[in-house]
Amino acid sequence: MDIAWLPLLPMLIVTGTAFVVLIADLFVQGPDREGLGWIGLVGLGIAAVVSALLWTTEAHGFGDSIALDRYALFFNFVICLSGALTLLMSMDYLQTINLVVGEYYVQLLLAVVGMMLMAAATDLIVLFLGLELMSIGVYVLAGIWRPELRSSEAALKYFLLGAFASGFLLYGIAMAYGAFGTTTLGAIATQLASLTAEQRPLALAAMGLLLVGFAFKVAAVPFHAWAPDVYEGSPTSVTALMAVGVKAAAFAAFTRVFLHTLSAMAVDWTWILWVLAVLTMSVGNLAALAQRNIKRMLAYSSIAHAGYILVGMVGGGEDGGAAVLFTLLVYTLMTLGAFGVVIAVGRRGEPNEEIVDYAGLGFRYPFLGACMTVFMLSLAGIPSLAGFTGKFFLFSAAIEKGFVWLVIIAALNSTISIYYYAGVLMQMYMGEGTREVQSVSHRPYLLAALLITATGTVLLGLFPTWALNLARSAMSSL
Amino acid sequence: MVPTTYYIGLSTILFTIGTMGVLLRRNAIVMFLSIELMLNAANLAFVAFARQLASIDGQVIVFFVMTVAAAEAAVGLAIIIAVFRHRRTINTDELRLLRW
Amino acid sequence: MSYPLFFVLAALSIISAAGVVLTRHPVRSAMCLVVTLFLLAVVFVFLDADFVAALQVVVYAGAILVVFLFVIMLLNLERDEPETHSQRRTFTGLTVTCLLALALLYLLRQSGTVLPGPGMNTAVPPGFGSIEAVGLRLFTHYLLQFEITGLLMLAGVIGAVVLAKRKVS
Repeated sequence: MDIAWLPLLPMLIVTGTAFVVLIADLFVQGPDREGLGWIGLVGLGIAAVVSALLWTTEAHGFGDSIALDRYALFFNFVICLSGALTLLMSMDYLQTINLVVGEYYVQLLLAVVGMMLMAAATDLIVLFLGLELMSIGVYVLAGIWRPELRSSEAALKYFLLGAFASGFLLYGIAMAYGAFGTTTLGAIATQLASLTAEQRPLALAAMGLLLVGFAFKVAAVPFHAWAPDVYEGSPTSVTALMAVGVKAAAFAAFTRVFLHTLSAMAVDWTWILWVLAVLTMSVGNLAALAQRNIKRMLAYSSIAHAGYILVGMVGGGEDGGAAVLFTLLVYTLMTLGAFGVVIAVGRRGEPNEEIVDYAGLGFRYPFLGACMTVFMLSLAGIPSLAGFTGKFFLFSAAIEKGFVWLVIIAALNSTISIYYYAGVLMQMYMGEGTREVQSVSHRPYLLAALLITATGTVLLGLFPTWALNLARSAMSSL
Repeated sequence: MVPTTYYIGLSTILFTIGTMGVLLRRNAIVMFLSIELMLNAANLAFVAFARQLASIDGQVIVFFVMTVAAAEAAVGLAIIIAVFRHRRTINTDELRLLRW
Repeated sequence: MSYPLFFVLAALSIISAAGVVLTRHPVRSAMCLVVTLFLLAVVFVFLDADFVAALQVVVYAGAILVVFLFVIMLLNLERDEPETHSQRRTFTGLTVTCLLALALLYLLRQSGTVLPGPGMNTAVPPGFGSIEAVGLRLFTHYLLQFEITGLLMLAGVIGAVVLAKRKVS
């Protein structure tokens, strides 16, 4: 058995951090749990740095069930970034809603480990276990705000539908095992090159079931129904993690399995993804138009973006894959930032989650207004901000493979979306309102998170090349 | 000897019954039991394939599935208890704050 | 396994599985699932999976389902009201499920009786399905997955306590 430590190093660091937080929780007195947050941040930071240092190494371990390749390292970085920014926002948010639970940080860190395992998995069982680890962590986080009923309901809904999806994924893995005699992605890819007639029906069944499982996790239509409600009910910092981290990890696994391992079956699944992409974008955007609650609007925005990413997957190949990776990085920053503003606008006892609550905020709190402008415009795909660049690469990858109609639909959708993103901005700058929100200058962690995400979004929009090259390099390492 | 496809057919039928349970029932516990049924159907498929392929891997995978089911059961039932403490019901039609 | 025995076991498990889904009282639902698990354990024994069959009975039926029953008792759940579903939802649910079943069974028929691998008629090496064989494979080839499972359990335990404990800090 080849025990390889290097592929596991970032995960081990974060796991160790989780343990330290768990023990430290016993000794921290009083209502303030910020120290735990700091430990988490340090751990995630070290893991990200280690991932960067390992960029030029390649390794496979444990019988080819886990890989240390640039693909996994790219996602490690994205995931650690999501985790760290969520932690930063949580350190503020938990005080606002008066939720002082040390286990929050532990579950968050364990969920991050699960996400990293999903991205690095080259074995379907490791993938499944990583997915379950992530999911269990997030189920708990969704319901961790015990006094709030919506939180418990969101946890229940997420749990039931998430477990349902895992059932499909698992059955797909069973079919794959039956078809190929192995669950290792490398061995499956080799066998697919010369698929026998007796393997094909089972392989098709496996492909279909795996697709359903993944589609649930990324909230693609028609498997999206849980997302708006779960996003709305969960504590906002957890919603941010769901929208960003869970999606990134799920897409990481989805892309590795479909664009790489099952690429020989592309004829079979490309059209399905085409349909999913169209439905997801359209339903996501059209439903977002009607939303009055900002968390629900962001949930549908998130669904729509999953649709755009699916367009990139339809494009496929190294270009499509690189576009997907780049967009996930960009999407992480934009969406986390948007949720950060939502947290900033909320106060103890007044969540201020309706869009009308944002009336007039733009001028009275210029920093928040500026940040939200950056995020909304970037999500809408306005050129020179990162969101546009991501969509551009996704759509080009699809057009290169001849999917013209798909890109037309996507572009139309993107145009429609400007309406509801601008709606928020109009409220902020042209609405009349007297809501008082707590100034961000007193909330350093949130301020830091907003600064990082806003600058990141702007910089990636102006100078996307280096990140795109990283993404290409990551795809080529598969 | 019964061919493997028969076992897989049984597994498929059980899986489908489980799916039906999740989609059609509104009691959270029964929905969860249906999900357990789906997982068991997958276990049956794994064991049958293990025998067909003469590979013990399928049985080892069943071991992992059971562990996952246990962890999920712990968390899921805790969530159900938490919801029940709030609302005294676990009928998902009555949990109206979020639209199902 | 002989054909008649298989069909008996299959029919019984389908009936008890249907019982899980159809019965109105949650306790009966859980007991139907226990029966299904036992029947599957018998099938496992015939598939040369002795250890897994034992695990199924001891862990799945004996621990996990018992926790279910504890919770049902704790919540003092009674008979469910007949569900006032919209016709449409029942219809979509049934259609989706039937389509799924048809698709999978169709693919299965395509395979016919020829699947990859040596097959049911080939004898397995002695000790196949025994605790030694499973343990050996588990701790060599599946070591990483085993360790991840440990983390999974940790997350589950912490989560269960945090969500269900009485005292909310």
